[in-house]
Amino acid sequence: MELIATQLPGLLLVRVGQDRIDAAGAIQFKDRMRELIAPAQGRVMLDMSQVGFLDSSGLGAVVGVMKLLGPDRKLELAALTANVEKVLRLTRMDSVFVIHPAAPHDLRDAG
Amino acid sequence: MICAMRADLGSGGFTMPQPDLRLEIDSTPLAVRAALSQVLGHRLTTGLAPHRRGDLELVLAEVLNNIVEHAYAQGQGTILLELGARPGGLQCRVQDWGHAMPGGALPAGQLAARLPDDLPEGGFGWHLIRCLTRDLSYARIGGSNVVTFSISETDKD
Repeated sequence: MELIATQLPGLLLVRVGQDRIDAAGAIQFKDRMRELIAPAQGRVMLDMSQVGFLDSSGLGAVVGVMKLLGPDRKLELAALTANVEKVLRLTRMDSVFVIHPAAPHDLRDAG
Repeated sequence: MICAMRADLGSGGFTMPQPDLRLEIDSTPLAVRAALSQVLGHRLTTGLAPHRRGDLELVLAEVLNNIVEHAYAQGQGTILLELGARPGGLQCRVQDWGHAMPGGALPAGQLAARLPDDLPEGGFGWHLIRCLTRDLSYARIGGSNVVTFSISETDKD
């Protein structure tokens, strides 16, 4: 499970570097995210632009990651593909996450 | 959105004497992933609209992974997947030789009412299946589970 984390001021941006979060990878995704967010302060955003497939197990893992953040922080999702957006809409989980049309450019892109 | 719950077909669904694609799949998550890749690469599905290909992959993933996690919870087995082209869409038949569905019927797939601090991490699968299929049917036949359904080419959701 390739997850690329970039710490921006007040925001941990995690790019999911593979094309699916599914039943075969859900536990690994959640475990790796747990390691990444443990030391992080502030907001946490997942860049989902590479993820073309999310099944119910993958969705459960994403919800699980949000629960790891505790009651005061919401998991933010950015750049959803059409298939992933549809899964969130059909399960009404689109209201649970903060959803952004695009991820912010990370520091490598600045200036 | 709220999915209207379509009535299930009577038990038995349909048989598929001459499927266009027939796969035997080990009941592991990785074998399911590989099978989905085969289905999505097959000429039977490459002509579907992109959003219906996405729906097909999701529905098959949910049905197959449900078998891996529940029907074969106590030991591995084989899953038989058959797909056939029909006017206006695809018919799918999935058979396994694991435990029967609890109560002898498919789960209703209703989303749980949720509290802000009690988000569900599961229970989405049958809701998605019911949203995205037609003619959904389940039967227990000779010690096996048979689930059949159709994917319409034209459905928007």
